[in-house]
Amino acid sequence: MKLKLATLALGSVMAAAPVMADLVFPSLSYRTGPYAAGGIPYADGYADYFTLINERDGGIGGVMAKVIECETGYNTEKGVECYEATKGEGALVYNPLSTGITYQLIPKVTADGIALYTPGYGRTSAANGKVFSNVFNFPANYWNAASLAVNHLLDVNGGDIKGKKIALVYHNSAYGKEPIKTLEALSEKHGFELLAIPVDHPGQEQKSQWLQIRREKPDNVLMWGWGVMNQVAIQEAANIRYPMENFIGVWWSGAEHDVTPAGDKATGYKAVTFHNVGSDFPVFDDVQKYVVDAGKAAGAGDNVGKALYNRGFYAAMLMAEAAAAAQKASGKADIEASDMIAALESFSITEERMAELGMPNFGPAFEVSCANHGGPGTGAIQQWDAAAGTWSLISDFGPSDMDVIQPLIDADSAAYAAENNIAERCN
Amino acid sequence: MFYREAGDFHTTYKDDNQTFPIKFDRIRYYVVLAVAFGVIPFLINDYWANAVFVPFLIYAIAAIGLNILTGYCGQVSLGTGGFMAVGAYACYKLMTAFPEVSIVFHLIGAGFVTAGVGVLFGLPSLRIKGFYLAVATLAAQFFLVWLFNKVPWFYNYSASGQINAPERTVFGMAVTGPNTEAWAKYMICLVFLTVLAWIARNLTRGTVGRSWMAIRDMDIAAEIIGVNPLRAKLTAFAVSSFFVGIAGALFFSVYLGAVEVGEAFGINKSFLVLFMIIIGGLGSIFGSLAGAAFLVLLPVLLKNILVGGLGWPIDIAAHMELIIVGGLIVVFLIAEPHGLAQLWKIGKEKLRLWPFPH
Repeated sequence: MKLKLATLALGSVMAAAPVMADLVFPSLSYRTGPYAAGGIPYADGYADYFTLINERDGGIGGVMAKVIECETGYNTEKGVECYEATKGEGALVYNPLSTGITYQLIPKVTADGIALYTPGYGRTSAANGKVFSNVFNFPANYWNAASLAVNHLLDVNGGDIKGKKIALVYHNSAYGKEPIKTLEALSEKHGFELLAIPVDHPGQEQKSQWLQIRREKPDNVLMWGWGVMNQVAIQEAANIRYPMENFIGVWWSGAEHDVTPAGDKATGYKAVTFHNVGSDFPVFDDVQKYVVDAGKAAGAGDNVGKALYNRGFYAAMLMAEAAAAAQKASGKADIEASDMIAALESFSITEERMAELGMPNFGPAFEVSCANHGGPGTGAIQQWDAAAGTWSLISDFGPSDMDVIQPLIDADSAAYAAENNIAERCN
Repeated sequence: MFYREAGDFHTTYKDDNQTFPIKFDRIRYYVVLAVAFGVIPFLINDYWANAVFVPFLIYAIAAIGLNILTGYCGQVSLGTGGFMAVGAYACYKLMTAFPEVSIVFHLIGAGFVTAGVGVLFGLPSLRIKGFYLAVATLAAQFFLVWLFNKVPWFYNYSASGQINAPERTVFGMAVTGPNTEAWAKYMICLVFLTVLAWIARNLTRGTVGRSWMAIRDMDIAAEIIGVNPLRAKLTAFAVSSFFVGIAGALFFSVYLGAVEVGEAFGINKSFLVLFMIIIGGLGSIFGSLAGAAFLVLLPVLLKNILVGGLGWPIDIAAHMELIIVGGLIVVFLIAEPHGLAQLWKIGKEKLRLWPFPH
């Protein structure tokens, strides 16, 4: 018996001992197609953070991080191919930057036991960890964004937006349709009138939509756009002289390349954001030194500090922290996907830790729990200044209206659970 | 040496009229079937199933469907994406409304629903032809996509308008949903393709198929010799849509598992399937398979060579892929305007004489 145990132990050591593998973070990115303008800076930021960690700190807990990029072109069929091609490489967490691909991957990652991280995109109701065991969308989601935009309008209008007319210009896809239910609930609560105006993929032609806006004269316009649609919408808004300060985009409609084509006329355009803006953080000096100047940047190295670069960078930072937490919790450097999920379920980040990383106030401090995969849902409003060419925050990171959002999340995730026979966890 | 008729005597009409009259061809066909059913399912893994075989088999069904309409009956259609969407949404509604019924019946039911919709949009073909008909079917494409986006009933009022395929089984094995084994996915698509291709082949060489081809070659002459154009055209639309509908249903339920109509079944899909039959060969079942293989497998192969093999940056590889596939399409069509099926036929003729061509 003893001999048997010894052989078994030896066998398991032999099996576990082979060369320390890398920590694999697949990046299903898109650097081609109509959405490449947003895909490139995000993918650069995501990859550059891990390069920085490898170059400066020698990896996460001594194990190198490896980012496998796979081009999806924002196309779900290629997304499937990419997922199947990378999942066997020891993938820890997926970050596809596409709501369509996210919907596809949710059941797949759950079956394969891999985590899926969709910060600020994907399926909003995945915030309910009781139903979606492998999906995380902290620190904020679409419905938080809708509520944050409405909260800003409440602030601006002295707390009363009764009778106002608010238009929503949205990408006619799963992504664009996500906020409608929340906005409908909010319109009931606050008494504003909602006017939903769809724009079909890819959104290069929006004359009729903006003609409608010109005719209906909404007090505010919200936008759920992505890719080339953003630039066209902002240009069209400028063409009909729509006041930019009344025009608020979601965080995916708030990048530099979205506003620059409209030139000076874009000044005053606002967007919601869940992390800080600009390149004024100590960590970016390190990026310059260890990544860009060393010629190891994922792209051309010209995106550092841009809105979407920061978002990819921020997502990578949270994932790297979660991987480090997983190493600590499991006691081994070479973690597996299941360790990663466990770490994400008890993930927390503090202001001190972010300051330590050279990213003070980059995002909110928050904790994730088994039941809540959605984080705090806080966000701020950023505004564009064309002369300076910068975004600046014009509000604090405030809370969203969870009284409205939580019932919607519960209802939507309950519907998913019923459709797929999923029993609630975390009870 | 190959494809020789020598010694292969046909003593009955049945022998003479069979699909593969040459013995070598017949054996080759059975070998292909044996490999497809008996070998591949045991070797297949998730990557090969999801990235290569399943999309190939599904697009092959769609291409056969469109080939019946365009290649055999001469009615140009740009509505394939829309009809695939009808199949997908019909399948979704059936799957969620009758969860206790087998998915096989839902898939066939989705085919019949699409056939009905196809006949409806085929009605204009009785008065208009050629490019004008193409525009009418284009209207079907845009209308159907708009409809599935607009009416929440079709996506069961979900927040995002996405439809998700719940898990369904055949003989106790999951064929849809995330827990599906690679071989189960492959097998259900393969069975559907084999049966449908067999039906298509036998339809096109029977009375129905001959009336389609008569309409294609010259509709007035066909009418004079007694072919009813109403019947011929509408049956072509019905059968074609049936195939395309099943392809759409498989595409949604087995392959992707979740789709949104604008992204998955947009105008690009219509063009893709049309390119498949043009490159493969109009009016040929083999051409449909060859065209689907060309356009599905080549990009995956190129990606694996350029990124995996040569280590190119993914964005350059993605752009090069478009250039190479586009270039090859042009080269193939200049070399043989009738498509890969014709190339295959010429190759066969050459092989028959080889190695003594004179």
